[in-house]
Amino acid sequence: MRKLLIATTALLGLASSGLAQVNLTGAGATFPFPVLSKYFDEYLRVSNNQVRVNYQSIGSGGGQRQFIEQTVHFGVSDNPFNDQQMADIRRNTGSPALNIPFVLGAVVPTYNLPGVTQRLNFNGEVLADIFLGNIKTWNDPAIAALNSGVRLPALPITVVHRSDGSGTTFVWTDFLSKVSPEWAQKVGRGNSVNWIPANKVGGRGNEGVAGVVRNTPGAIGYNEVTYAIQNRIQFGAVQNRAGRFMVAELPAITAAANVVLPGDARVSLTNTQAVDGYPVSSFAYLLVYEQLDKNKAFKSEAEARAFVQLLKWMVTDAQKFNEPLTYARITDAAEARALAMISRITFQGKPIGREIVGR
Amino acid sequence: MQQAPVQSSIIKQQPSAIYRVLGDRIFLSVVLLLALSIVALTLGLGYYLYLGGSQTINKEGFFGFLTGTTWDPALKLEFGIWPFVLGTLITSLAALVVSVPVALAAAIFTAEYAPRWLAGFINYLVDLMAAVPSVVYGIWGIFVLAPFLREIIYLPAFLWAAENAPGLSPFLGNPAGYGMFTGIVILSSMIIPFTAALSRDAIALVPAAQREGAYALGATRWEVMQTVILPYARGGVFAGAMLALGRALGETMAVAMVIGNGNILPYTLFGPASTMPAVIALEMKEAVEDLHYSAIIGVGFYLFLIAFIVNAAASYLLNKLKVGDQRA
Repeated sequence: MRKLLIATTALLGLASSGLAQVNLTGAGATFPFPVLSKYFDEYLRVSNNQVRVNYQSIGSGGGQRQFIEQTVHFGVSDNPFNDQQMADIRRNTGSPALNIPFVLGAVVPTYNLPGVTQRLNFNGEVLADIFLGNIKTWNDPAIAALNSGVRLPALPITVVHRSDGSGTTFVWTDFLSKVSPEWAQKVGRGNSVNWIPANKVGGRGNEGVAGVVRNTPGAIGYNEVTYAIQNRIQFGAVQNRAGRFMVAELPAITAAANVVLPGDARVSLTNTQAVDGYPVSSFAYLLVYEQLDKNKAFKSEAEARAFVQLLKWMVTDAQKFNEPLTYARITDAAEARALAMISRITFQGKPIGREIVGR
Repeated sequence: MQQAPVQSSIIKQQPSAIYRVLGDRIFLSVVLLLALSIVALTLGLGYYLYLGGSQTINKEGFFGFLTGTTWDPALKLEFGIWPFVLGTLITSLAALVVSVPVALAAAIFTAEYAPRWLAGFINYLVDLMAAVPSVVYGIWGIFVLAPFLREIIYLPAFLWAAENAPGLSPFLGNPAGYGMFTGIVILSSMIIPFTAALSRDAIALVPAAQREGAYALGATRWEVMQTVILPYARGGVFAGAMLALGRALGETMAVAMVIGNGNILPYTLFGPASTMPAVIALEMKEAVEDLHYSAIIGVGFYLFLIAFIVNAAASYLLNKLKVGDQRA
């Protein structure tokens, strides 16, 4: 009996020799959940089963809240913290928050027009007018002007929007706010907004919007491009600031980030200046405390080091997993910016970020 | 005399003193404590919902929040829940009106008319309807019911009104298929089993002597139904209807998926509407602004109040409807 006990202890000791196992918890956006699952699955292998990440896709709002309440090691959000939130976090915890971009997403106009097989072209003004209810039928001259050669039916338009709060809605309304003063004045941008057209229908989730669009001739909605591609829903091209009609293909989405990035990477990429960028694109962000010891979720330096290593891996090596899952990878400039932010991370004053990133 | 030995044997096996003296009191205090915990739970729930929603309720005012008609979480951060309250009440009550006759008919048929095998089969199906998760009803609503209703009711009605009664069109609304009417149909089919099951049991409980008495007096089957069975069973039928109404008021997912989720008043028959549980479920996840988050919890508080009022009214009416010795 005693021998058995000793043998078991020895075995256990062997199994846990070397690095101690680290369990990390994150929470937030649902949009990058598939790509994050892939990352964390792969990272378990990369780290020899030492680093397990448990990610709860509860939505960006929930992720930000959990991050502020410090119940998770990191948050994930479709939009970065605003200035007010940044200041609050700094004041309440003593540590600034970092918004680290790691993937790019895009939102596309999806529609159901029986008999029209060509891809339709839209621009910001026309989309804003459609979603405001100013343009009511498909054969409106404003739509026809962008689509010469397409026979548009005289079908009434049904506007389909997300009825649940969503980062997708934020990106979509952020774009419309930038291109249409009327939109900015009447509706604004947010995860949920007050939709005003009379011919509207709200669907729950990407699948709800897509379901209504598919089942309603004359409907137009908006979906994450990943969802639209994977489910083979027809979607339109959108004119960018440079005047080019862009289809939301992965290189065009990545190209949207070819703008001057601010030091903290908190930037709205919609209506991008980039000539070959798709105009309704956005980063998704990892939310991290700069001084990790200020986050109550971190218990030890070993945990903090394992986490910083994971961050570095996510913005560099792991980027190759994005495109097979129809997510756009971040640009080299954004990667450099992300690494610069990671290198600022400290734990109890020790510059672990600089040590791990190596600059 | 002969019972004496039995009695003494009982006395011999007397429980120990602690049970004799304290037994009842311990039992009483345990039961009391558990009963009180339900009271505490309910009041606590209401209190914390109020606390969570107080930021927005204080800003908009207790009645301003209830009667405001603008829900704008993006630009003006203005919150009024009247469209949701109205949507909840209209869909629930309409669903009740639609479902009660169907449920009652099913209950009468299975309890009184149907052969046993058919009654068993119908009852099995009714119970199955109650067991289907609401998200399944929702998916069925999006992909089957809404397009179906659009083709056979909404579009024909809309086109007919456009030609023959243009005054009616504004009341019909957008015939896309996702709106209030579809929500009511979904809700009705979801709550039928509750009314049906309770009505069935109430009808089965009508004493045989009462029926036989009526038959003996020469009453026909219809007359027995009308004068004996339904009056006797109406308490149970009403209880079933109230259970169904409670379920309808709180039903979230299936309604959220088909009702179109529009909060601009006035509502139209076919056009989008919204309900209180739906807006909570849909917007909670991504409510970033504190005021918005608080407003959503505030919706929960008012829903709690409405459920409380409906239940209180129901139990009052239920007591009125009971016959003879059923009355408490």
